[in-house]
Amino acid sequence: MLDKLTSALDFQSKALLLRADRQRLIAGNIANADTPGYAARDFNFADALRDATSGTNARGSAGIKDGDNGYVVQSQPSLDGNSVDLDRERAAFADNAVRYEATLRFINAESKTMLSAIQGQ
Amino acid sequence: MSMFSIFGISGSAVSAQSQRLNVVASNLANVDAVAGPDGQAYKARQVVFQTVPYGSAGDAGVRVDAVTENPTAGRRVHEPANPAADAEGYVTHSNVNPVEEMVNMISASRSYQNNIEVMNTAKNLLLKTLQIGQ
Repeated sequence: MLDKLTSALDFQSKALLLRADRQRLIAGNIANADTPGYAARDFNFADALRDATSGTNARGSAGIKDGDNGYVVQSQPSLDGNSVDLDRERAAFADNAVRYEATLRFINAESKTMLSAIQGQ
Repeated sequence: MSMFSIFGISGSAVSAQSQRLNVVASNLANVDAVAGPDGQAYKARQVVFQTVPYGSAGDAGVRVDAVTENPTAGRRVHEPANPAADAEGYVTHSNVNPVEEMVNMISASRSYQNNIEVMNTAKNLLLKTLQIGQ
């Protein structure tokens, strides 16, 4: 009975965790923008969310492990072997931040809907 | 686990970049130095960055692995009146290239700003996460 209350929030909370994971990964890429030999990493959000929500979950209940991350294809190779494209990382960081906030709003709205249903006024 | 480790990741980058700025400052300050305490002309220094794993999920911080000295010879200027001149009247200056150092400085300060911005964004997102259900 009670789990039906929270099951609506389940999908969004998984999405939120994956967004936080991606945010951390991009922060690591930006931090290593000047490190020689560093390969930028990222993961496909849609695939990760599909894996997290389907029963056959390769990634565990939620969250990304190191082996799940892919390497970014570099657009402009540099002599020191660093494959961070700072413009792209900044854009991805801003994009991911907005989507994180959107997920937060979905969670807020859903919980408000539930609260008003409980209170009945 | 959560986004809190962004502060650790970006913090490590900010500290590494500030060390790079420190090295640039020391190079620029010594651009005209003729002899250090060891009697040798100042050699330009450079930091070497290295990725360090942060946490368990493959997060990547950064640290300064080493500070290396540029081994090339300093420029020799004919100044017989200088007390530091050798027998032939040449003075060995430091091998700092001011243009290189200025470029390095701009790059370091931009990277520093980038990481500060990352921390600000993470802080805003976390503050909004704390307000869930309010």
